[in-house]
Amino acid sequence: MNHLSSETFRENAKAALADAHLRGALKNATTLFGERRKQAAASLPNWEDLRTQARAIKDEVLLHLDRYLEEFVRNAESRGAKIHWARDAAEANSIICTLATGRGARVVVKSKSMTTEETHLNTALEAAGMQVVETDLGEYIIQLAEETPSHIIAPAIHKTRRQIADLFTAELGMVPTEDVAQLTSTARVTLRDRFAAADVGISGVNFGVAETGTIVIVENEGNIRLTTSLPRMHIALMGIEKVIPRFSDTDVFLKLLPRSGTGQRLTTYQSFITGIKRRATDEGPEELHIVLLDNGRSRMLAHPVTRQSLACIRCGACLNACPVYQQIGGHAYGSVYPGPIGAVITPQLMGIEKTSQLPYASSLCGACREVCPVKIDIPRLLLHLRGEITPRKGSLGERLAFKLWARVMMSPTLYKMSAVAGRLVQRIVPLSRAWTSGRDLRPIEARSFHDLWTNE
Amino acid sequence: MKVSLFVTCLVDQLWTSIGVSSAAVLRRVGCEVEFDQRQTCCAQPAYNTGYAHEARQVARRFISVFEESKADAIVSPSGSCTAMVKHYPELFAADPEWQARAQSVAAKTHELSSFLIRVLKTEDVGASWSGRLTWHDACHGLRDLNLKSEPRTLIRNVRGAEFVELEHADACCGFGGTFSVKYPEISVAILDQKIEAIERAGVQAVVSGDASCLMQIGGRLSRKGSKVRVMHLAELLAADLRG
Repeated sequence: MNHLSSETFRENAKAALADAHLRGALKNATTLFGERRKQAAASLPNWEDLRTQARAIKDEVLLHLDRYLEEFVRNAESRGAKIHWARDAAEANSIICTLATGRGARVVVKSKSMTTEETHLNTALEAAGMQVVETDLGEYIIQLAEETPSHIIAPAIHKTRRQIADLFTAELGMVPTEDVAQLTSTARVTLRDRFAAADVGISGVNFGVAETGTIVIVENEGNIRLTTSLPRMHIALMGIEKVIPRFSDTDVFLKLLPRSGTGQRLTTYQSFITGIKRRATDEGPEELHIVLLDNGRSRMLAHPVTRQSLACIRCGACLNACPVYQQIGGHAYGSVYPGPIGAVITPQLMGIEKTSQLPYASSLCGACREVCPVKIDIPRLLLHLRGEITPRKGSLGERLAFKLWARVMMSPTLYKMSAVAGRLVQRIVPLSRAWTSGRDLRPIEARSFHDLWTNE
Repeated sequence: MKVSLFVTCLVDQLWTSIGVSSAAVLRRVGCEVEFDQRQTCCAQPAYNTGYAHEARQVARRFISVFEESKADAIVSPSGSCTAMVKHYPELFAADPEWQARAQSVAAKTHELSSFLIRVLKTEDVGASWSGRLTWHDACHGLRDLNLKSEPRTLIRNVRGAEFVELEHADACCGFGGTFSVKYPEISVAILDQKIEAIERAGVQAVVSGDASCLMQIGGRLSRKGSKVRVMHLAELLAADLRG
């Protein structure tokens, strides 16, 4: 159930559906997140206004991204941060590896970052000879299990408590127990030691404030605070779309993000990091490097329809709300970003050649759009991508079927003559077996409504 | 009020009683109903599968047929097909002439429950049906047309019907058009959540506003040998109409 490819989505999904543990874990987690989100959103009377406001801020940023990035860079540099620009994943990884090896790093601690998953940074660091330790509990679990995250904010959502207990017993020599306090304290003890040994700490970024050059990171475990403050060098990998104009904008986003993600009113920690320490007696790292990553984002920005994909704040609410994700989980998508937003972003980041199944992995029910804190019209984007896919990747049979279908539907004579358009469509596309494998097929009426009306 | 009935291709070919019932209900509440024999499909199958060119062809035909109508409104017993017509203007974003024509047809098009409640202000059509039933919110009616209270109000006013809310009534049934045959395993897995909720509700019938969802739900109920029947809102509202 891991390291799957998007090209085999349907097979991946079938395997996931056959995994009772996975489906049980998914049902519990997505239901809980979904209910908490609903309550948390309802606790703010101006929830809808906040969503509108957040989207307006994101739209403003995306229209003037160049200007806001320059402002962010200027202000971050003036506070002592070093800025690096990375065109793609390879460039970002190479910058980070060079920085870490330059520091003579042997142990690197990392806090949870989907962007580093996107660039496969861990593989690059390990290839450069470093020990990489994930310090977020969920990320630590999947690192031990040699898996990939299956959810944007809850990477080990697919695992049951029992599976985690077995993993810790095998990998960390823990006395077998399913007690949550015991499990977390086992991880904590191991991780504390790694924090102390680490030469470099690597984090992601939730928001980069242009006005002040501040990076904002939210979390619940305190591991980000440690990752960004204990080692002498802190490297933050930040997608270029993460910039927001003003410090006061964090007020809007910090209300929306935790409520949408975990259903919390506030995460346990919010770190606002502005440059490096000013005096030798201050605490904190000696060096702060911010790596600004493009990796396909400016391509997404260029298109007026797909641009809104960059408004995403990676809360994961659309995953929890998605009926498809609820059944199959994240690994089946075979991509770093799963679920509805993943089905939108992945084909744009990686190209549609190998990801053309993903935009079809949706019933277009619209639950994702309903919960999105920045009002991304995900169904609309999926339709747009489907429109890009059909001329290049649509099967010849399907393309001909739709041409014929249009011909029939444009002519009342053909429509009536084809005794029944439904029967025709069933015949030209092999719909019927796919349908009847799990459902009875409603028989076609002996007389259509057209006929009934004529004879009325 | 004069109404032009758009029955949808599914109803035309697979579930004519929904069309017959829609006409009966509309007449019962005082509408004059016409049916244009030239109508076919709203173009949604192509639109949702990524065939915008074919969708535009069929949408243009729909617009040409229905803009000729002298009726005050176009009414359809489908939230999904009505939502498609409401999407027409987006489909012609690059074509101002057709976009304007699309807009005027879209503005006249209403889903049945929405037409009864929002346009005619009729909450009770005078139907009777005896038994316990529940309602499934079809996604496009719910999220594109914002129909939540409208069907419930109409159902609550059916004499003899005991209405119970379905758990997660607003969750998708897994149909999703071509999704249901592209990924049948996922579609049925989603559907089974709905089926379990329906069975827990202990009802004789599950009612919805779209023939497509009802085919999906009904197909599984029948496969499982369930006694619960599926019914379109129009069929319920046409049940045992008085006067």
